[in-house]
Amino acid sequence: MMSIALEIPYWGQSLLRVLGGIGAVLLPAGTIVYLFLFKMMSFMQSRLGPMEAGPYGSMQLLAEVGKWLQKEDIIPENADAKIYKLAPVIVLVSTFLLVVVVPFGPDALFTDFSAGVFYALAIGSVSVIGILVAGWSSANKYSLLGGLRAAGQLIAYELPMVLAVVGVVIQAGSMNLQQIVVAQNSGSIFGWDGVGFPFVLTQFVGFLIFMIAVQAELTQVPFDMPIAESELVSGYMTEYSGFRFLIFFIGEFATAGVFAFIASVLFLGGWGIPFSWFGWESLDAVDGWMNIVGPVIMLTKMLVLTGIIMWVRFSYPRFREDQLQKFAWKVLIPLSLANIAVTAILKVAI
Amino acid sequence: MSSMLAADVNVAQNVGFYIIAAIMVFGALRVVSGRNVVHTALWLVVVLGGVAAQYLLAAAEFVAISQVMVYIGAVMVLFLFGIMLTRATIGEESDLNNKNWSIGIPVSLLLAGTLVWVIVDQYRGEVLASPDEPMSTTAISDVFLREGLVPFLALSFVLLAAAIGAIVLARKD
Repeated sequence: MMSIALEIPYWGQSLLRVLGGIGAVLLPAGTIVYLFLFKMMSFMQSRLGPMEAGPYGSMQLLAEVGKWLQKEDIIPENADAKIYKLAPVIVLVSTFLLVVVVPFGPDALFTDFSAGVFYALAIGSVSVIGILVAGWSSANKYSLLGGLRAAGQLIAYELPMVLAVVGVVIQAGSMNLQQIVVAQNSGSIFGWDGVGFPFVLTQFVGFLIFMIAVQAELTQVPFDMPIAESELVSGYMTEYSGFRFLIFFIGEFATAGVFAFIASVLFLGGWGIPFSWFGWESLDAVDGWMNIVGPVIMLTKMLVLTGIIMWVRFSYPRFREDQLQKFAWKVLIPLSLANIAVTAILKVAI
Repeated sequence: MSSMLAADVNVAQNVGFYIIAAIMVFGALRVVSGRNVVHTALWLVVVLGGVAAQYLLAAAEFVAISQVMVYIGAVMVLFLFGIMLTRATIGEESDLNNKNWSIGIPVSLLLAGTLVWVIVDQYRGEVLASPDEPMSTTAISDVFLREGLVPFLALSFVLLAAAIGAIVLARKD
């Protein structure tokens, strides 16, 4: 078996990690916007979407970025300028902090946190602060309402998200995302180890709850009450223009990509392929070329999951505010608590 | 215990500690002296984030993440939410201080003095070995689900009672 016996010095590793982190945030964002927002939505609505810039409209993204960068950076007269400028940065930084725990291969990881799952969920809640202060500092009633709605929604859906992940943590016996990947790929189903043991099989309820909560955290339709364009004129983003709007826009789709990465690590086996295929005994035995193949596998799984997120987004009408809160508190949270109880009992019993 | 050897001192850790501590003290002063409620709330986020950074510096990874989750992700979001729901004025306000503000100074000095005295008295001259690697989450859960199980459950009941009490007080119907 071929292996890459390459010793990279510390500064080289750090440089690779920084570049990899930027790539892992921006590449999914661009792909999601072009593939799903531009093309899939157009096809679902019987139109072609952007066709002019580049072959098949593939350079449209660059054209859009160029347009936004040229636009004037408008700050409303009554706005709290400092906070107004800071808010999009908080949102984007929290996305970059989120990708840090995601493993992309046996050695292709940014940091090996022993409590990685916990870290991801904690950092995921920081972006709410950015959204809240964006709404407040715009000095606009629509924006303030949008910010408040966003905060209420994100608080409500963070709980089922955390609780849904607990089932996976119980089953894997670890909070480390790398260990969760290993547990899924070295497992077997009733002695048959052909596909490993992706947790989506036993944690399907948890997977559904997690994906619904992700949809809500990203404020995608049908959970887009905070940015409802027909009544709130984009909510907390109403006043933003130019590159500050661009940062919010990138943040939204980059976070979708990163949450899809985390979901694929937790439920779909992450970067790994079943270790039995090549006779790998443990994480250390995994061949070096998985550091190249792993990110490709992750990217594929991410595209499938974000495809589902976008598919739901283009298909369903918006929830009402009270339905939205009731759905989280009265359906998702009890369901995820029951999931934890059942998983824990089965874990001890078997 | 013998005094610490120079070779044992982690210079980067110490430098980091004082830089973060300076940021935290500055942030804390801005929290109490600021004239805009939302700005002071954001300075409080800086202070609480600094606490998390100090925990990380002390290789207490799990505590640091808990700090971020509980204080920044939940408490501060709720603070900001409450402030914006009730008084969302932009710009400076003049009536933030009431006439008793000066009592706060001796109280906080007394509190700081007590804490410093207790810690210095407890660890007089004792040097704690710096851990080689962060304490694993498994080790932490082993401690509080074995020796610490009773206090842990008692605390959970107190929190549950507080949550139910808050709902009962808030609901008028």
